[in-house]
Amino acid sequence: MLSLRSGGSTILKKRHGVTEMNKGSKLAMGIVAISLLLVGCGKATSSSSSKGSSSEALSGKVTAVGSTALQPLAAKAGANFTAKNSKVTLTVQGGGSGTGLSQVQAGAVSIGDSDIFAEEKDGIKADKLTDHKVAVVGMAPVVNKDTGIKNLKMAQLKQIFTGKITNWKEVGGKDQKIVIINRAQGSGTRATFENAVLKGTDAVKSQEQDSNGAVQKIVGSTPGAVSYLAFSYFTNKLQAVSIDGVTPTDNNVETNKWKIWSYEHMYTKGTPDKATTAFLKYMDSKTVQDSLVKDMGYISIHDMKVSKDAKGAVTQN
Amino acid sequence: MEQTNFQLKKQDAQSHEWDARLHRATRATREDWIGRGISYLCIGVIILVVASMLWFITSKGIATFTQNHVSLWKFLSGTNWAPDQGNIGALPMIVGSFAVTFAAAIVATPFAVGTAIFMTEISPNKGRKVLQPVIELLVGIPSVVYGFIGLAVVVPFMRHLVGGSGFGIISATFVLFVMVLPTITTMTVDSLRAVPRHYKEASLALGATRWQTVSRVILRSATPGILTAVIFGMARAFGEALAVQMVIGNAAIMPKNLISPASTLTSQLTTGIGDTIDGTLPNNALWSLALILLLMSLFFNALVRFIAKRGQLKNGR
Repeated sequence: MLSLRSGGSTILKKRHGVTEMNKGSKLAMGIVAISLLLVGCGKATSSSSSKGSSSEALSGKVTAVGSTALQPLAAKAGANFTAKNSKVTLTVQGGGSGTGLSQVQAGAVSIGDSDIFAEEKDGIKADKLTDHKVAVVGMAPVVNKDTGIKNLKMAQLKQIFTGKITNWKEVGGKDQKIVIINRAQGSGTRATFENAVLKGTDAVKSQEQDSNGAVQKIVGSTPGAVSYLAFSYFTNKLQAVSIDGVTPTDNNVETNKWKIWSYEHMYTKGTPDKATTAFLKYMDSKTVQDSLVKDMGYISIHDMKVSKDAKGAVTQN
Repeated sequence: MEQTNFQLKKQDAQSHEWDARLHRATRATREDWIGRGISYLCIGVIILVVASMLWFITSKGIATFTQNHVSLWKFLSGTNWAPDQGNIGALPMIVGSFAVTFAAAIVATPFAVGTAIFMTEISPNKGRKVLQPVIELLVGIPSVVYGFIGLAVVVPFMRHLVGGSGFGIISATFVLFVMVLPTITTMTVDSLRAVPRHYKEASLALGATRWQTVSRVILRSATPGILTAVIFGMARAFGEALAVQMVIGNAAIMPKNLISPASTLTSQLTTGIGDTIDGTLPNNALWSLALILLLMSLFFNALVRFIAKRGQLKNGR
């Protein structure tokens, strides 16, 4: 009598409504479902077999997936590129460096965007991929303005992130607890920061955020917070911290006086098709490197006076 | 003689024709077949999707144990979550998920039941005209909006109230409380409305006050329905990813108290999935977390069914 079925939610009741739907809409639903399936299959096959056609105008489909740090630049450059080559469809997606590398390795996308060298990532066969460095990103520790910190020694920074120093007064700041905000494990930014600062030591377990944007917002609003960000994410609500008196500027990155930086990579697998090759060439061109790259807060690959290999060894150009 | 024979033949032919006509499928029958065919097709597709998802998540989720040879016990009881270094103790996330789920359910249930009693017993008119739309509106708000409000309002509020960074289980509880409230309320309203009218009439006729009737008869007989409502709410809280991820701080450490950053299964999944490579331990470990989520939602469903059955048996007597 007091069955629960009658006491079901409105959600459940609505679901019952579906069975009472007339035949017409059922038919329509069926057709939609089937056509969705077909479209899905069609896409999967066409994207893998899209080679540049033999006609004069460049055409084809380029998909670049991966690093969210590179995404804004890739998207902007992509839009400019397709404006000139209207027959090329260029899609830029985020998803993270790991996604980019594994998707390009699987052959699912034409370009895999990554903040780190493919060699640094377990499970990626780097020798099967071709590296195209398209920009450089500098990163720096950032603190909440209230901490009163403007400069730190490298050793102090390391002690903060390994949990040895827990109060800002120990490094000359306010008497305030240090709140560490890390990026997610496996994030390219975190890998770069840990390579340069922690050098193999494990960071203390702490909060993790999955994007530069979230870190920027949280460090700005949380007293005592410290994290690290790409230069382009600095705002006046944050204090970017100098290390051993070296300020985080583009010029210091170009000479490697500032040690925390990484390349933005676009990886391809095998021989890329014509459209992809043209886009990669465009990314390396003066148009992009001298204006767009700088305008968007990255550092041009052409301006670098040093180069770094996958193991972190730096050589003068 | 010949004539009768002819007549008989003619009759025979006529009856054959009628026979054929009667046995032929009419238009209505054919429509019936088509309709049935389409609905079977739809069901088939749905079953296929569900089955392949179950298979996919399970096969990926157990790869941690079959391919990477991590012991199941270590996975469930370990407290060190650092997949890049090969440590995958998922207990902090399991505890975090259960903590926010139970806390949110405990906080939300009294409010939900109170609202439901008001809407059904105290002021059904206002309930239908004012409260119902308000609650339905709460259901429709996307979880990212809840998360954003949580980040902008709840986190700073908690920081001022209890100190620390403001990120933690208590903030997540607060956000989830608002998110599961409408689910629990609407389902409780339904189960209160399903209480037979004569229960209430009999109670009032015996001289019970309104409060006595509500608390001892109506709530009592609607208990299985209310329990179902709470479990549905808990299932929603357990599976919520985005809003929780924005306010809980995502620190993969055992929660020591309600105000320090913690993490849940879902928040770890959303932060980590983009930075891992298919087929590696960090990626498989995340799939194992997904498998736990799947098993938990199956468990919640089974629990709802169990309670429904128990409720029905009691009423049958």
